[in-house]
Amino acid sequence: MRSDRSSPAPLALKIAAAAGLLFLHLPILLIFVYAFTTEEKSYQWPPPGFTTQWFAVTWSRPDVWQALWLSVKVAAISTAIAIILGTLCAAAVSRTKFFGREAISLLVILPIALPGIITGISLRSAFSLMEIPFSTWTIVLGHATFCVVVVYNNAVARFRRTSGSMIEASMDLGADGFQTFRYVVLPNIGTALLAGGMLAFALSFDEVIVTTFTAGQQQTLPIWMLEELVRPRQRPVTNVVAMVVVLVTALPILLAYYLTRDGDQVAGAGK
Amino acid sequence: MSLDAALPAAQPASAILPRRGGTAGALSDVLWRNPRSLLMLMLAPPLLWLGIVYLGSLFALLLQSFFSIDEFSGMIDRQFTLKTYGELLLPSNLDIILRTVTMAALVTLASAVIAFPIAYYAARYARGTWKALFYLGIMLPLWSSYLVKVYAWKLILAKEGILNWLFTKLHLTWLLDAWLALPTVGGNSLSVSATGTFIVFVYVWLPFMILPVQAALERVPVSLTEASSDLGASPGQTFRNVIFPLALPGIVAGSIFTFSLTLGDYIIPQIIGTSRLFIGQAVYAHQGTAGNIPLAAAFTVVPVVIMGFYLWGAKRLGAFDAL
Repeated sequence: MRSDRSSPAPLALKIAAAAGLLFLHLPILLIFVYAFTTEEKSYQWPPPGFTTQWFAVTWSRPDVWQALWLSVKVAAISTAIAIILGTLCAAAVSRTKFFGREAISLLVILPIALPGIITGISLRSAFSLMEIPFSTWTIVLGHATFCVVVVYNNAVARFRRTSGSMIEASMDLGADGFQTFRYVVLPNIGTALLAGGMLAFALSFDEVIVTTFTAGQQQTLPIWMLEELVRPRQRPVTNVVAMVVVLVTALPILLAYYLTRDGDQVAGAGK
Repeated sequence: MSLDAALPAAQPASAILPRRGGTAGALSDVLWRNPRSLLMLMLAPPLLWLGIVYLGSLFALLLQSFFSIDEFSGMIDRQFTLKTYGELLLPSNLDIILRTVTMAALVTLASAVIAFPIAYYAARYARGTWKALFYLGIMLPLWSSYLVKVYAWKLILAKEGILNWLFTKLHLTWLLDAWLALPTVGGNSLSVSATGTFIVFVYVWLPFMILPVQAALERVPVSLTEASSDLGASPGQTFRNVIFPLALPGIVAGSIFTFSLTLGDYIIPQIIGTSRLFIGQAVYAHQGTAGNIPLAAAFTVVPVVIMGFYLWGAKRLGAFDAL
């Protein structure tokens, strides 16, 4: 059997691919079942009964709301910084060739390529050396650093597809640099920036390794979850929070996919 | 300034446009004439940020790895010394490094084996809607919350959880018990065994392997496999001699992620696993309660050096073109 486009896939391949995809998705689906379980002291399977009461319990928990608010705040600020820095960097790298260009793309990717714990501990030791107290901004400092790469990846891919002759045409027709940016460049890269921004938001919203080093006593939602994971106290509330997090992070990813589906790789190089 | 105002409507035909008015126009002219300064202007903010915030702290950390800690007072001695690096060679610390690297290698290998069929099917058979579904089917787990994924496995591997229930239903509990009785990989239950750590690592990093492999496979031209079979190769031979070598850079690219992410993770082995430490946990423990920042810093240099060599090897195999 040849593996060309017209012949059907071998059965073994179909089974292996399907099994792999099930392996990826079943554990996440399981969380949806656990969010409704009546059991609150253990992770018993099958659940003895189903209830929706935990949603109300979770809703009335101030600590969950506080953690959520801090996470959203940090993710929003980090995303804004990452969009500005990532776009500038992508524009510079894609429109000109200059000495050290490769080094710059490496520098942007480095915070993601090196294990998060390294970013975390270096920031923490830098904060303690410079005696900076922990605050929302110390978290943002870490998050924005590794969010730049996501925006950068998306913007670079789009800049490559945007032809330079459009910019030249705009300038020839008398628009100045700012007008060209506003009327020609921005509409072209807009969706890529939006997609990159949403992925950056999802990345920051979910980040825990760097955050444990830069948050001090503050709790973002992932830190709240981590504490529940290490010392489970409120299993049902954790189940509900986990389910909501799955649903909330799925939305930006689906949106980012629809915004960039014609040709771009949406951060194909991973987080 | 509106677009019309900038157009020299009444101007006679001329190749050279007049100077633009206003500060914005003048600035725009200057930047157009000096592409270098525009480049500098664009590069300065991201470079300053990454240079100061990121590289600055990295160097601060590196610097501290050459300090040492006074064993009696617990104070950090700011004298240049290699003593801290010497401590890495203690059997207990070497053990941690070796355990982490072995785990990273095994996780990488397993991810490659599981990822390949998915990537292969997605790249060469899935079409239209199926292709989009495959893509989202890989992207959604990749981007869904890391902690939620670990939490899901805590539910699955718990003693009262679904996996034990499944083994009981299939009357295979003896098999699980026999596996858990083994040294090194076993433990009291799956959630406190090295096997459990391994499964969760593979699960969490798997999508990072699928995407580059799929990208590499998609670039293999169909004509090559057709030529191979026209020339008399069996499907197996075509796979071994044509498809696999061309997919290898993709696998190496994916392995960069699975390897590096496993090396630096400290949350998964802390939540699901034995009490034996991994590099990440050692770093966390030394910088936290122990306050031994120099040793923690020296420990973080280990994955950096390993990844340095790894990336160098990967570049030689052409992995970066597959990213």
